[in-house]
Amino acid sequence: MTDQQQLDLRKDEVQAGTTTGLASPSVDVTKERQNSLWSDAWGELRRNPLFWIGAVLGVFFVLMALVPQVFARGADPRACDLANSQDLPSAQHWFGFDQQGCDYLANVVYGARNSLIIGVTAVLVILLLGVVVGAIAGYYGGIADGILARIADIFYALPLILGALVLLRVGPSTGIPIINSRGPGAVAIALALFGWMTAMRLVRSQVIAVKSSDYVAAARAMGASGRRILVRHILPNAVAPVLVYATITIGVIIAAEATLTYLGVGLQRPAISWGLQIAAGQASIRTAPHLVLFPSLILTLTVMAFVMMGDALRDALDPRQRA
Amino acid sequence: MTHLDLSKPTAEATPAGTPLLDVDDLHVEFRTRSGTVHAVNGVSYSLAAGETLAILGESGSGKSVSAQAIMGILESPPAVVTGGGIWFEGRNMLEMSAEDQRQIRGPGISMIFQDALSSLNPVYSVGFQIGEMFRAHQGMSKKDARKRAIEMMDRVRIPAAARRVDDYPHQFSGGMRQRVMIAMAIALDPRILIADEPTTALDVTVQAQVMDLLKDLQSETGMGLILITHDLGVVNEVADNVAVMYAGEIVERGTVDDVFTRPSHPYTDGLMRSVPQVEAKGGRLQPIVGQPPNLAHIPSGCPFHPRCSRRRLGAEAPPGRECSTDVPPLRLVVPGREAACHYSEEVLGVPAQ
Amino acid sequence: MGRYVARRLLLTIPVLLGASFLIFSMVYALPGDPIRALGGDRPLSPAVIAELRDRFHLNDPLYVQYWEYLKGLFQGDLGTDFRGRPVLDTIERTLPVTVQLALVAILFEAVIGLVAGVLAGIRRNSYFDNLVLVSTTLIVSIPILVLAFFAQLLFGLRLGWFPIAGTNDGLYSFVLPGLVLASGSLAYVARLTRTSLAENLRADYVRTARAKGLPNRTVIVRHTLRNSLIPVVTFIGADIGTLLGGAIVTETVFNLPGIGREVFNSIRSQEGAVVVGIVTLMVFFFIFFNLVVDVLYAVLDPRIRYD
Repeated sequence: MTDQQQLDLRKDEVQAGTTTGLASPSVDVTKERQNSLWSDAWGELRRNPLFWIGAVLGVFFVLMALVPQVFARGADPRACDLANSQDLPSAQHWFGFDQQGCDYLANVVYGARNSLIIGVTAVLVILLLGVVVGAIAGYYGGIADGILARIADIFYALPLILGALVLLRVGPSTGIPIINSRGPGAVAIALALFGWMTAMRLVRSQVIAVKSSDYVAAARAMGASGRRILVRHILPNAVAPVLVYATITIGVIIAAEATLTYLGVGLQRPAISWGLQIAAGQASIRTAPHLVLFPSLILTLTVMAFVMMGDALRDALDPRQRA
Repeated sequence: MTHLDLSKPTAEATPAGTPLLDVDDLHVEFRTRSGTVHAVNGVSYSLAAGETLAILGESGSGKSVSAQAIMGILESPPAVVTGGGIWFEGRNMLEMSAEDQRQIRGPGISMIFQDALSSLNPVYSVGFQIGEMFRAHQGMSKKDARKRAIEMMDRVRIPAAARRVDDYPHQFSGGMRQRVMIAMAIALDPRILIADEPTTALDVTVQAQVMDLLKDLQSETGMGLILITHDLGVVNEVADNVAVMYAGEIVERGTVDDVFTRPSHPYTDGLMRSVPQVEAKGGRLQPIVGQPPNLAHIPSGCPFHPRCSRRRLGAEAPPGRECSTDVPPLRLVVPGREAACHYSEEVLGVPAQ
Repeated sequence: MGRYVARRLLLTIPVLLGASFLIFSMVYALPGDPIRALGGDRPLSPAVIAELRDRFHLNDPLYVQYWEYLKGLFQGDLGTDFRGRPVLDTIERTLPVTVQLALVAILFEAVIGLVAGVLAGIRRNSYFDNLVLVSTTLIVSIPILVLAFFAQLLFGLRLGWFPIAGTNDGLYSFVLPGLVLASGSLAYVARLTRTSLAENLRADYVRTARAKGLPNRTVIVRHTLRNSLIPVVTFIGADIGTLLGGAIVTETVFNLPGIGREVFNSIRSQEGAVVVGIVTLMVFFFIFFNLVVDVLYAVLDPRIRYD
């Protein structure tokens, strides 16, 4: 790799939150080494309490998204009685009531589904874009790489929230399906569209590094086709950094969704979303602070679950961290 | 144990002078999460002024670790010196304060490392890094230190020293970088220089130049030289005495001429047979079978017994000399020669005492 | 070096143009008719509407509009909003607020992040190190939105230490929002410093420094910190560019009239010229500070040479 590529890589690591080692190409990736990387990583993960906290929280919120009824203590988020408006938490209603007199626990619990759907969908789209574009740019190099890298630079230069904000504001008046829907799909696509570049660059760097390794030269000498080399030899090498990045990014996207929704361009009523709850609760923050507190708390814990898992995964997969 | 007594014949073999350094029954462990690694298990040797002692062994034999223990630069944790003594000019370094130890590093004992590229700080010029020795130990000014650095670079025969003093390590060739390391290490005329695989990373021709330089510097200054290596050729050329290490222990010790011509330990014997000899052209090389031991699980008895062709197990063995249960002590086999094997006399071809 | 900078500057042109065109094309697809909205209750006459549409090139195809915009840009004219105020004036009015906020944030980020990271890195696995690890995980996980509310609630309303909105208290008004804005980067700087330091402490040249008999302080400061701070300093440098463009939420919640809040309000009120102008500026900052950082890299690390 050239110095400039090395530098870009370093910056991508910083951007991706995967500093040290991970993105530095582990060129000697025989199958055995990969296997031992993963089994060593699992051994390391198992001993990391932060991983377990993250994993338990993660499973908890995924279940909450799948079967919210179980967590809502029998309350229906849309069965409201104005008589209860803004009632404080009680033994019967742990999170109290919102402005409309709806059970707040049920509302906060039902908010998990949209957050997770958007987080996971956006990251899947990011991975798809990142792997495909990154692999093409890294493997073919030359003009293709030059153009794709410049396009990534263009998107890089726009802050994630800002880009998504503009697109979502414009979205409903365009004829583009999904984007004009004001639904979770629109939010996920908007965030993915302005967030795919780091994944692309991680994959690209790995591909460039591994492509020039002796080990790929050997595979090529034995007559393996370009596509086979890419799929069987090069891409598996990029899995570790991309996986770490993806895990953390789910958390980042969930936070971004809440922010966009809070700013009024994300999900719209009557959708149930933490961002909407925080925005609505803001007005009565002095009289009924629980309306901001509970969605904020649950939102933070959800983000934390993914950040912690990603962190632990990075530490486990980074051989340089080990003694 | 009587290590000190046993070491005397070796020291006497070189009439160069009194011991500068006495290492006595040194033990070093690495305590990691996955278990304790016994890296050095009771190593003793001494070094006199002007003497060159080679410590020969495979990677993982504990040769570098023992040297770093002498320097007091082992990373702790995980490394722990669990026993023994390191006497430098009659003072036990293990019982000194950290500050006293530090003051010995540089003017007393100095060390050069295998990979000069990674061992030199990439962000400082070589002149700065050599000059640091004078600044840290003699309180010299930055300007004077730079001047002395140029002198040192001249002394290790770096061409155009005055012009290159402000260059960075990556701008030098491998051989020149190693010279920079040497210039730094001998800057304060140390009594002892420890060279840890100083030529392993270099081309053969450059290797010879660096070794010649070290020998010349030694004869100028009379410093003791501990040469850590796995290269039998280098040992043969420059060392007076040799200590062969295996699994964290010294298994054989004597003068280079003696040990190389007539090994008395099966491991040394195996090493000698595994190198090509000009005079034995056409013959087959005999590699030592098996793998070096895992220092977390050193074999019982003689650590070499699983790979040894002369081992005697069970009923074959005379009492007290069963290779898998009885640990062979390092003992005098013939005058001037020690080995840690129950059957050294057999290897050597002399009658048992 | 000079040639490298020149080449990098050239390369930034397509990025700058691409990013501004991207925003431009999105913004000009904004819904509704801003001219009609301008009239409010009293409908404008069709003639006036036609004249205004013509003046703002609203009837031309997108690329013509963009070309007109670029022509203006190169003459230092960022256009006017629909009320006729020059966008440049808006930027001049709002940018100083954002710059102050970013400076305060960078200060927090550098000082707190570095100190925490260094202490944690030197004493790895100590109590303090674990505290840094856990608290940075927490901070990174709290969305800036949530953090802003709770900072307002706790330090502003409950404790009354800081003003919670506006810029009436001079630089002091920026302390709380600056801390909130810096939080993520601060945690990241602490982590980066810690990892970098711990990694360098194991480096061969640090072993050499010890073998040279250098005092412990010299070993740590000169031979470990100096090397470890290279990625940290460059991260902080690049982050200036990010912070100058990333303060939408903080400025909105704390009601600071900077470019972040301005661009958000303009997106809502469909002030296309303002949005494009400010975003182009943000992109410029981002690219500029990244270039600065690349040059800085070569200054800090003699191994990197751009020839």
